[in-house]
Amino acid sequence: MLTIPRDLRDKIVAHARRDHPDEACGLLAGPAGSDRPERFIAMTNAERSPTFYRFDSGEQFRVWRDMEDRDEEPVVIYHSHTATEAYPSRTDISYASEPGAHYVLVSTRDADATEFRSFRIVDGTVTEEPVTVAE
Amino acid sequence: MAIDVRIPTILRTYTDGAKQVEGTGSTLGEVFTDLDRKHGGLRDRLVDDGGLRRFVNVYLNDEDVRFLAGLDTPVKDGDTVTVLPAVAGGAA
Repeated sequence: MLTIPRDLRDKIVAHARRDHPDEACGLLAGPAGSDRPERFIAMTNAERSPTFYRFDSGEQFRVWRDMEDRDEEPVVIYHSHTATEAYPSRTDISYASEPGAHYVLVSTRDADATEFRSFRIVDGTVTEEPVTVAE
Repeated sequence: MAIDVRIPTILRTYTDGAKQVEGTGSTLGEVFTDLDRKHGGLRDRLVDDGGLRRFVNVYLNDEDVRFLAGLDTPVKDGDTVTVLPAVAGGAA
């Protein structure tokens, strides 16, 4: 189950809409071991593509170093699909490298509604989980 | 000569859970080979026939080694090597 504050959920959706039709990506950091997303970090999609994303490697280094300094970890890793459903693709599954994170997928394929779903991806297995939006 | 190597969560199964290990060598490639002697299988996760694996980021201190000399990047005592799997994916 993913529990996410409403303002962080809204920031993810806004980022996805802003970057459409390119895929948007980023993470929510939270205190290590807490499973609480607290800090929104939008990342540059170094691929700038409508079908692929990759965190810029230099940015990723600085963000990961910063999280370590703050005793945080990536609680949520998010990205958007711009023409397909908000479900992890084969590529998403094969590159999922943070077994402790919630993988949030957003789809901006419909201009009037945004799909927002969360998954665990561990050892190549995808499990969808409910999302609770906290006020 | 001691090179400090930071290991990401997903590779700690090779290091008995350690997030930091030490290696020796005068290039990055030599350090990975050295680590593989103590932590068998680790090198294979970092290197393939073409050199550094495409979706693994390796940094020497603050720099991505792809902008240095890849596996041939010289390392010296006191350097820190950080390994971070790329965060990537897509609709396809």
